[in-house]
Amino acid sequence: MSAQANGHAKQTRRTPPEFVDIRIKRRENPDAPQRWEEFRIPYRPNLNIISCLMEIRKNPVTKDGTRTTPPVWEMNCLEQVCGICTMVINGRVRQSCSALVDQLDLPITLEPMSKFPNIRDLVVDRSQMFEHLKRVHAWIEIDGSYDLGPGPRMTPDEVAERYAYSRCMTCGCCLEACPQYEGDNYIGPQAIAQVRLMNMHPSGKATRDERLEGIMGEDGITNCGNAQNCVRVCPMSIPLTKAIYEENRETIIHGLFGWLKK
Amino acid sequence: MATPSKDMRIAIVGGGLAGLAAAMRIAEGGHAVDLFSVVPVKRSHSVCAQGGINGAVNTKGEGDSPWKHFDDTVYGGDFLANQPPVKAMCEMAPSIIYLFDRMGVPFSRTKEGLLDFRRFGGTLHHRTAFAGASTGQQLLYALDEQVRRYEAAGKVKKYEHWEMLSLVQDEHGVCRGLVAMERATLELKVFPADAVIIATGGPGLIFGKSTNSMVCTGSAVSACYQQGARYANGEFIQVHPTSIPGEDKLRLMSESARGEGGRVWVPKTKGDKRTPSSIPESERWYFLEEKYPAYGNLVPRDIATREIFQVCLDGFGIGGENQVYLDLTHIPTETLDQKLGAILEIYEMFVGDDPRHVPMRIFPGVHYSMGGLWVDYDQRTNVPGLLAAGECDYSIHGANRLGANSLVSCVYGGFVAAPAALEYAKNLQRNGADGSRIYDQELRRQQEINNQLLKQTGTENQYVIHEEMGKWMTDNVTVVRYNDRLKATDEKLLELIDRYQHISINDSNMWATHALPHARQLYNMLQLARVITLGALNRNESRGAHYKPDFPNRDDEQFLKTTLAEFSGEGPVFSWEAVDIGLLPPRKRDYSKGTEQKKPEGEEQKPRDLSAPAVWDQNKEQVRDVDHGEAETRTQQGKSIEEAGGKSDKL
Ligand SMILES: Cc1cc2nc3c(=O)[nH]c(=O)nc-3n(C[C@H](O)[C@H](O)[C@H](O)COP(=O)(O)OP(=O)(O)OC[C@H]3O[C@@H](n4cnc5c(N)ncnc54)[C@H](O)[C@@H]3O)c2cc1C
Repeated sequence: MSAQANGHAKQTRRTPPEFVDIRIKRRENPDAPQRWEEFRIPYRPNLNIISCLMEIRKNPVTKDGTRTTPPVWEMNCLEQVCGICTMVINGRVRQSCSALVDQLDLPITLEPMSKFPNIRDLVVDRSQMFEHLKRVHAWIEIDGSYDLGPGPRMTPDEVAERYAYSRCMTCGCCLEACPQYEGDNYIGPQAIAQVRLMNMHPSGKATRDERLEGIMGEDGITNCGNAQNCVRVCPMSIPLTKAIYEENRETIIHGLFGWLKK
Repeated sequence: MATPSKDMRIAIVGGGLAGLAAAMRIAEGGHAVDLFSVVPVKRSHSVCAQGGINGAVNTKGEGDSPWKHFDDTVYGGDFLANQPPVKAMCEMAPSIIYLFDRMGVPFSRTKEGLLDFRRFGGTLHHRTAFAGASTGQQLLYALDEQVRRYEAAGKVKKYEHWEMLSLVQDEHGVCRGLVAMERATLELKVFPADAVIIATGGPGLIFGKSTNSMVCTGSAVSACYQQGARYANGEFIQVHPTSIPGEDKLRLMSESARGEGGRVWVPKTKGDKRTPSSIPESERWYFLEEKYPAYGNLVPRDIATREIFQVCLDGFGIGGENQVYLDLTHIPTETLDQKLGAILEIYEMFVGDDPRHVPMRIFPGVHYSMGGLWVDYDQRTNVPGLLAAGECDYSIHGANRLGANSLVSCVYGGFVAAPAALEYAKNLQRNGADGSRIYDQELRRQQEINNQLLKQTGTENQYVIHEEMGKWMTDNVTVVRYNDRLKATDEKLLELIDRYQHISINDSNMWATHALPHARQLYNMLQLARVITLGALNRNESRGAHYKPDFPNRDDEQFLKTTLAEFSGEGPVFSWEAVDIGLLPPRKRDYSKGTEQKKPEGEEQKPRDLSAPAVWDQNKEQVRDVDHGEAETRTQQGKSIEEAGGKSDKL
């Protein structure tokens, strides 16, 4: 994964600015309207968005000197592997921990993801994504967690293919960018990719059909409009469109011949 | 009427590897779990683990065995760990790796399709299973998936975005449940439980910046400590040799970089301004390889950290700064991408240089707490009904943790805690109707603390206090420790606790605020910081990660003992407990040579029956083969601690 593919703007060798201006779209609570507030912090090299927000939080005063409440956002690992700090930065959905000020146009705008219920400021509720993982049975049905020896053998190539899907951190970038997903129940790329991950596993194959049923029907895979935005914004470079293609094929075959098994 | 019942409800606080492992086991047994986590469990800190998970599966013909894993772990921990649970963990480790394999973790594999293993610090064997360089993420997801399966089946109820604040205890001090706070509404609620398992991870945030995730405050553990749970070996804090300094956190550069051949060096000339690639081999100082020919760059972390620290202190850091090179550029790019891809991306992403072509600049950073809640061999704390597992317990790693041993200890801890909690709950007398009083009381007490904080209107800033604590702790209670500075740090902490009474919550909108939860965490961190600092002050020796230049040697005579801290209103009260060394007599730690007798490869390496799920049996065989194989634990031998070589309680 190159820095470029990961969504960083090309590094511009501009002269360091004195300040960083940041506009944040805020909301006091789910019933309140959204409004913009602008902040200014002194520039330092190697700042990421999280450091800027931390700086603002310590002493929340807007650019024009008005005391305000600290902007609220979520963060945890700060290594782009937990997915929690996702937001829309300069119009593009990504993780704020890996968004470096030196690679962003100024002033910077921060908005919450728009496809999920907005709790406060930059915080959204993505619990629906986890519900979708339930719906598609995104797990391997092991007999039990007691000692039953090693799992099935796999070639390094098979593992490499699964590994790519296994890195999904349920961050929601793909859904934010998907024109077909409107906060409704469309199962979306992330869940379909997990179906692919499980269906490729030798033991996972046993319950393949259950997963396929999970992505079929009204809110299912056929809602994909092939815009391919998902794969462009995925911070983990997961081959989401490939998963959709493969699973679409599987569901068609399942739809045609599945009844034979019953 | 108190009636024992089979229908048990266990509360688990924390959804990292340890908490999820326990949840899976309890749900699998058909019992109900309430699972609490500040962040959605899939976003727990365990996802950060990169390098791998240890288990002596012995697929490389090296004659590795659980016994050797045990020996390496105890030796690496400078003999401070009670040995029986360490041995039990090492014996369970291969089956833990196999279980994750069955759950679908995409472990890296050999051409033959078997699990691949890499080397990690503090061992001469390939013992670390890995999934690229995102092992923790993959392991956590595997458990997350299994727990979701039980959640869908109604066995596990998740309370994500709920933060545990305190335990509910009855008049006998027995833990009967907990109080938690919902993070959006700040609603407080009591959750009765037959037993509570704490699995809340490490306390890195006490040091301000560390390699830990932002929820790793140690707050829940500190709350338990303040309610009577003992905290053990708090002074043992691991500082990882290779982290990437950052404004918001220190990002880890995994030990696997060295496991795959990464070399640490500095220019031989102080302040050399040349680019690293233009410095010829002969003018580079590979100081770890020079001083520790057997282990080279893979000496245990405490040693590598001190050496890097010293080299920089002596002025050899890159450009005179606190930085040394970690160099991978001699390794083919393809190998690097395949084995270390994820961590190289992290470096590239946050620093901007490509470590495949430019040596990385790294420096030690606070990483892990060996200390934690005191537990017995069944993961039970001294508070009846309260168990602990994972990084938040003290049991496995002694004075220093070996790389890739934490993930396995978390899962082991969860797997031991689960049946122990059920066993306890089975025999528990439920309290009758008047039991609700204790819940109301604790709820009111917690609400009162929140109200008080919200009322305060002082001039102190909670984030400034946090920063000051972090700076003092990092400067004085990490790699090199001096008693006068430790004393001064404790005085500083007392000052901060005092100033804390004068903070005003820095948010006027209480909906989904982070300011109030942070204030609660901050208080708990300050209390735990004292345990760490005073524990270090008391221990006048050097052992593992704890190093005092004024007391440079390990002193088994006086300090081969576990530090125990108990909370009094005034702060921690310390006592000491003997270490169970019944299996491996302490020996001097010396990594300049190999530590064990290498046996020639021979007959015993071959599985007797090639059709069997061989490796596990084979290892058991080997455990009996080695010299110490017949050793029994102290308790099995019926010896007192002193007889077994342990030390008495008094300093
Ligand atoms: C960068 C990095 C890399 C690492 N790499 C490795 C490695 O390669 N191999 C290895 O063996 N170890 C590694 N470690 C160490 C290892 O990752 C951790 O020790 C381990 O993941 C801890 O797991 P845990 O289950 O104890 O806790 P965590 O994973 O930290 O989970 C804690 C849980 O508790 C919850 N929680 C905390 N407080 C509360 C509260 N008050 N109320 C409710 N919930 C709460 C959190 O939400 C979370 O779910 C690494 C550590 C770091 C920092």
